[in-house]
Amino acid sequence: MQQITMGEAVNQALREEMRRDEQVFVAGEGIGVGIHSNPKFPTFGLLEEFGTRRVKDTPVSEAAIAGLAVGASVMGLRPVVEIMFNPFFTIAADQIVNHAAKLRYLSGGKSKFPLVVRMKSGSGIGAGCQHSHNLEAWLAHCPGLKVVMPGTPADAKGLLKSAIRDDNPVIFIEDMILYFVPGPVPEEDYSIPIGVADVKKPGGDVTLVTWSKMLGAAFKAAAKLEQEGISVEIVDLRTLVPLDEETILKSVTKTGRLVVLHEATRTGGFGGEIAAVVAEKAFAQLKAPIKRIAAPDIPVPYSKPLEEFYLPNEKMIIESIRAIMQSKEQ
Amino acid sequence: MENPNQVVLLETMLLIRRFEEKLEALSKEPGKLHGMMIVCTGQEAVAAGVSAALEPQDVIISNHRSHGHLIAKGAEINLLMAEIYGKRTGYNKGKSGTLHIAVPEVNALCTTTVVGGGIPIAVGTAFAAQYENKDFVTVCYFGNGAADEGSFHEALNLAALWNLPVIFVCENNVYSGAQRQEEHTRVKDLADRAAAYGMASQIVDGNDVQRVYEATAEAREKCLAGDGPILLEFKTYRWGGHSTTDHQVYQPKEEIEQWKQRCPIEKLKKELLGAGVLTEATWQQLNEGVMKQVEQSVQFAEESPWPDVTEALEDIFA
Ligand SMILES: Cc1ncc(C[n+]2csc(CCOP(=O)(O)OP(=O)(O)O)c2C)c(N)n1
Repeated sequence: MQQITMGEAVNQALREEMRRDEQVFVAGEGIGVGIHSNPKFPTFGLLEEFGTRRVKDTPVSEAAIAGLAVGASVMGLRPVVEIMFNPFFTIAADQIVNHAAKLRYLSGGKSKFPLVVRMKSGSGIGAGCQHSHNLEAWLAHCPGLKVVMPGTPADAKGLLKSAIRDDNPVIFIEDMILYFVPGPVPEEDYSIPIGVADVKKPGGDVTLVTWSKMLGAAFKAAAKLEQEGISVEIVDLRTLVPLDEETILKSVTKTGRLVVLHEATRTGGFGGEIAAVVAEKAFAQLKAPIKRIAAPDIPVPYSKPLEEFYLPNEKMIIESIRAIMQSKEQ
Repeated sequence: MENPNQVVLLETMLLIRRFEEKLEALSKEPGKLHGMMIVCTGQEAVAAGVSAALEPQDVIISNHRSHGHLIAKGAEINLLMAEIYGKRTGYNKGKSGTLHIAVPEVNALCTTTVVGGGIPIAVGTAFAAQYENKDFVTVCYFGNGAADEGSFHEALNLAALWNLPVIFVCENNVYSGAQRQEEHTRVKDLADRAAAYGMASQIVDGNDVQRVYEATAEAREKCLAGDGPILLEFKTYRWGGHSTTDHQVYQPKEEIEQWKQRCPIEKLKKELLGAGVLTEATWQQLNEGVMKQVEQSVQFAEESPWPDVTEALEDIFA
């Protein structure tokens, strides 16, 4: 199997879908000619292969980029547009939240909007809080949007293919640090369904639900805990909306303990939703109170030690899991 | 309007240049700086000329390419450098870093790296001047790329409608990221856009610090007389890439060389040498003095303590 990074995997998905379907085009800031001529970036080389008809460099105009996707999609094209960084989604928000998400409903189910909005997210790049701000919970709160957040190159490729083939608006969030982290990716054509979580590591004592970049820390913590005799089951959500409740509930029913881990800040984070689902539907199976691990409620600070402090880490996961193993049934 | 001291103008530009060159050099040394640096090498005349026409009470709103704006407005380079290093002694205690340094001490109230994000904010600061009948103007710096954001159009329309005392400074350095101006807009002169909002505008050579100064001083007087706002387009050039991570594959070498021939610092230096205001010896002194200041700022930053991690939790609410 090929070992490629998430950036390269996204690139492969875009290329293969563009080759497969003439209706697919990409648009965004610096996606044709960019400042980074780096093969690890998702849109590297697309312009050379597909030309300016299908690879559209846009001005710095997020509202227009998002609107372009909405209008083109209702005409039957399959736009894959890029909003450079998650926080700049706020400028595109009217088109995405008030339009892409609602227009099908407003048409009484007559129209469809098969579009994908890709954006970069994540802290750890030393760019500060106007570049790093994980807003997936906002997006998940908008009925009519599917929200995908892969944590491995293979998932990114398979999920992006599904997103492009999906007849609905899909928000596809890529962590920037993961662009450079390699992993195995199948050579053959495959897709991964949206809305299906993945048990990345089976375990019997505690369920650790996470997604995107936090998956790496989850694996490391689980390996260490294994040596202490604590068996962690890692559930990678991959998709926040639609949420795969079944996989979460099945795991919690088995382990009786739930820890939710995400990079986004705590208050109003999507971890609260997971906790609520489990509290509503599997309360009787819980042996201990649910725990959430998330960033503190602050903007991402620039200074290196502060930015490191912001990001939940392996140590916090280990401590939380040790604590949940000790806490008695309520 | 009294002409600014030309040697001071030269020194300001030189300080900006050496500061930015130092950052470019430091960014190549592993482990020194966190993240990419965005510098304004080649564009020094805009910041220096604009600020020479301003008073301390005047407000500036800046963008991602802010170091020159801040230095010219009077920010101390030790505290800027410390902020860029992410140290506790920096202007923003390490929370901001290079991209959004605010220096309220010199009325550099808001620096944003969201392209176009500062333009509507300038409407607000200018509104406050009008509302309270105060004698200050707002200068809002942004690039040619930012003029494509919706925020630009809404803000200019509103500022014009209410005659607000704001000088919109479009620093046209030819590029917006990897795009040349003709690749991101049909408009040749962004100053033309002012007409769409019933606003006055002027196109100025942004590499001629004296012209920049004159245009700003005139604009400031108009604003204070109630005849604002105005859009000034300064034509200049970004010598380096967008940021220190830019590979510049799209930027023609000959173009860079041509613009280097029009260096704003060399231009003024030559004029002052010709006029006998400056000698080679005083130039050397000036340059050495500036280099020393920059070296000291690096030393200050490196010797400064890191913030304690618990400080990350502070400064959210007033
Ligand atoms: C809203 C938003 N979109 C995209 C970006 C990424 N970005 C940073 S600077 C830049 C180009 C801006 O060009 P311009 O306004 O001309 O200023 P310059 O960099 O040339 O000084 C872009 C696209 C951003 N910071 N904010």
